[in-house]
Amino acid sequence: MEATVTHADTEGKVWSGGNKPLNASYGKMMMWFFIVSDALTFSGFLAAYGFSRFKFMNTWPIADEVFTHFPFMHGHKLPMYYVALMTFILIMSSVTMVLAVDAGHKLKQTRVAWYMFATIVGGLAFVGSQAWEWSTFIRGEYGAVETTGGSILQFVNAKTGEQVALSEFVHAEAAETEEPGDLWFLSQNSQADYTVAEVQEAFEADANVLVRLQDLDENGKKTILNRAESIEKLEGAKYIVQGANLHRNEYGSKLFADFFFFITGFHGFHVFSGVVLNIIIFTNVIVGTYEKRKSYEMVEKVGLYWHFVDLVWVFVFTFFYLV
Amino acid sequence: MSEHAHHKETFVTKYIFSQDHKMISKQFLITGLLMGIIGIAMSLLFRMQLAWPGESFKIFEVLLGKWAPDGVMDANIYLALVTIHGTIMVFFVLTQGLSGTFSNLLIPLQIGARDMASGFMNMLSYWMFFLSAIIMVGSLFIEAGPAAAGWTIYPPLSALPQAQPGSGLGMTLWLVSMAIFIASSLMGSLNYIVTVLNLRTKGMSMTRLPLTMWALFITAVIGVVSFPVLLSAALLLIMDRSFGTSFFLSDIFIGGEALHYQGGSPVLYEHLFWFLGHPEVYIVLLPALGITSEVIATNSRKPIFGYRAMIASILAIAFLSTIVWGHHMFVSGMNPFLGSVFTFTTLLIAIPSAVKGFNYITTLWKGNLQMNPAMLFSIGMVSTFITGGLTGIILGDSTLDINVHDTYFVVAHFHLVMGISSLYGMFAGIYHWYPKMFGRMMSKNLGYVHFWLTLIAAYGVFFPMHFIGLAGLPRRYYSNSAFPLFDELQDTNVVITIFALLAGFAQLFFLWNFFRSMFYGKKATQNPWKSNTLEWTTPVEHLHGNWPGEIPHVHRWPYDYSKTNEDGEYVIPGQDFVPQTIPLQDGEEEMNH
Repeated sequence: MEATVTHADTEGKVWSGGNKPLNASYGKMMMWFFIVSDALTFSGFLAAYGFSRFKFMNTWPIADEVFTHFPFMHGHKLPMYYVALMTFILIMSSVTMVLAVDAGHKLKQTRVAWYMFATIVGGLAFVGSQAWEWSTFIRGEYGAVETTGGSILQFVNAKTGEQVALSEFVHAEAAETEEPGDLWFLSQNSQADYTVAEVQEAFEADANVLVRLQDLDENGKKTILNRAESIEKLEGAKYIVQGANLHRNEYGSKLFADFFFFITGFHGFHVFSGVVLNIIIFTNVIVGTYEKRKSYEMVEKVGLYWHFVDLVWVFVFTFFYLV
Repeated sequence: MSEHAHHKETFVTKYIFSQDHKMISKQFLITGLLMGIIGIAMSLLFRMQLAWPGESFKIFEVLLGKWAPDGVMDANIYLALVTIHGTIMVFFVLTQGLSGTFSNLLIPLQIGARDMASGFMNMLSYWMFFLSAIIMVGSLFIEAGPAAAGWTIYPPLSALPQAQPGSGLGMTLWLVSMAIFIASSLMGSLNYIVTVLNLRTKGMSMTRLPLTMWALFITAVIGVVSFPVLLSAALLLIMDRSFGTSFFLSDIFIGGEALHYQGGSPVLYEHLFWFLGHPEVYIVLLPALGITSEVIATNSRKPIFGYRAMIASILAIAFLSTIVWGHHMFVSGMNPFLGSVFTFTTLLIAIPSAVKGFNYITTLWKGNLQMNPAMLFSIGMVSTFITGGLTGIILGDSTLDINVHDTYFVVAHFHLVMGISSLYGMFAGIYHWYPKMFGRMMSKNLGYVHFWLTLIAAYGVFFPMHFIGLAGLPRRYYSNSAFPLFDELQDTNVVITIFALLAGFAQLFFLWNFFRSMFYGKKATQNPWKSNTLEWTTPVEHLHGNWPGEIPHVHRWPYDYSKTNEDGEYVIPGQDFVPQTIPLQDGEEEMNH
């Protein structure tokens, strides 16, 4: 190599030092690397979810049967509509965030403020929707029975095959709801309306109800037992399960609820933190901090985080609701 | 960042909540050393128990109090000591103590930057590290004792508070401490990465970076990629412990009573843990390899052999480290086919490791060796890296591993290859950059005593350990006296413990040398080792912003030692090194390939 060439080979080149090779400030790069790291935390959770679900491939609850509720539409089966709306809200908030960043590039303070405001509203709406989703999930709809072996028995109508709520065939006086003596997430099952004996008795009296197991049959549907088998199976009942908590849930595998609460909760915590960050940046926009600085890069940085949180939701949504 | 130079500094902003990378590096180093003293002292205590099981020692009674009634060590505290020894040495000494110290000290100085990208986050990183260290040490003093489930805290032992005394509050504090530690490590790593990428001085291209920089940079990248997965595992474990979920637990009976857990899997925890756990080995080792490269080249007065091959091997090691975690789990009931895949990827790591080993030897070959303590420790590091690495080939092979799994063979292997190697690297770094950190020289003679005693003692501890491992002695046992089969190994255990005590004693020379030289050492000159890298162009007295005037520009790679021109004369007459700031001369060719 010519001596003159060796001199020149580092002058003015992108990676030769004295400049920003990736054309980004250090703060923005830190955000990118933080996102890489946070993405791996979520990957850890989702991999754990996959691992556990694979283990219970044949008994995992079917999302279409679990998430069927929509506010003000009680009694209708609307699988996935609500979560689709939530997802739409979150993605729209990403769109307004893009618009805010874009307005920031053009140094238009008022527009940045409005778009940031819209993003915050979208974020809050999502967190609120998630609270509703959780409370519906926790309350449950049909109720089920858990056996000593830990499997969940649900009840279906013998003719239609539709799931039947406990209250529809058990006519015993609903038991006094005891105040949970413990923390709510540790209490075993204190809120059950009926006793095991009441349910067994009512089941034997009502020929129109059958027991459904969690295991899938050859058609990919949950196995439904006949009358005799049902009564025999129900003798092993140990708890009445209504709704879901971290110990047991009426939808099936315990891990389903554990992961649902943990992963959507962890994601919700990220959304909430994002909203708090957005509010801080929004305040700064209004006060004019970035106008003075002639740079809206902070909006861009929280924007990166916000898009990341949305992207994670797409994965969470896919794994919990769609697959 | 240059405006920092004019800030008025109070005692608090200068020594405590300092945002200057050089002060933060000293804070990391001193905290790391203090943790190291605790960690090594613990190992001496449990080594004494292993050599003389059930014997009564006054020192046990003094140090362990109620855990050593009549001076006999309790089994629970033995497990706790092993656990906390591992945790402290791996995370607090060799992770943050090592890369926290040298990343902070060297990254701005060697790439030519005024400071880290974000001084504030850097400060926060140290103080979170300090907080996590306080919590970890604090957990030693609680009623039921610290965590005792081993440093890998496998459930169910770690997940069920009723499993053993240390699984209660001690375990909770362990997890809290580690969560804070991970945040600290993350903030540090983010800073190191963007500083190396964005703040290099003019002319400091990536292929002119000293190998120390490459090692510390890639270490930070591995940290950002692997620590978050440990965070996932820790959070799920916290949920299992405190909120009754069943992620890692399934069908457990205690006292005949079935617990409510159902469906979880402890193997899942092992996967998540070792996805961090194995890269962690390289987080510990790479900074030591980087330091060794620098010290060996400087003190051989020769260019490092195969500069680009060294970079490539660092990158290869970093990549491979993320796909080999399964070799820690060969006996967990893993599908033999999967085992063979992990065996394959694991054995692949031998290639870049061997490249590094050979390059060190070829750099030393026919060099004009300057045998100062830093150099000795670097050579010692290469030695333990090879001896420890060779047993790695045995353990990486699933068919062989099954025979020695969870025996002292494993203990000997990883202590040599990552523990002792990294400690030697850390000592080499301290001896080499002490003049830069404190402006004074450490005593060479004390350094020699320290090195030779440590070398003999460390091999004295870990060499025989291979044999008792091959004989089947299981690790982590409080006492082996219940197994007549192991009686004949007891003498070897005594020998090991005597060497361990000698190794502990040898460190007193270092500590004395370290703390005494801070005040009474010989004043350092600006470039005591006649080195090429940029940190030796800064004044001996620290100043905020590192260089009094302009940041120097870089014109060549850092390893032009003993370089001659066409006439066979040194490039700079009478001087066998050419600092990076000297422009290439007419007809001179750069050697960074």
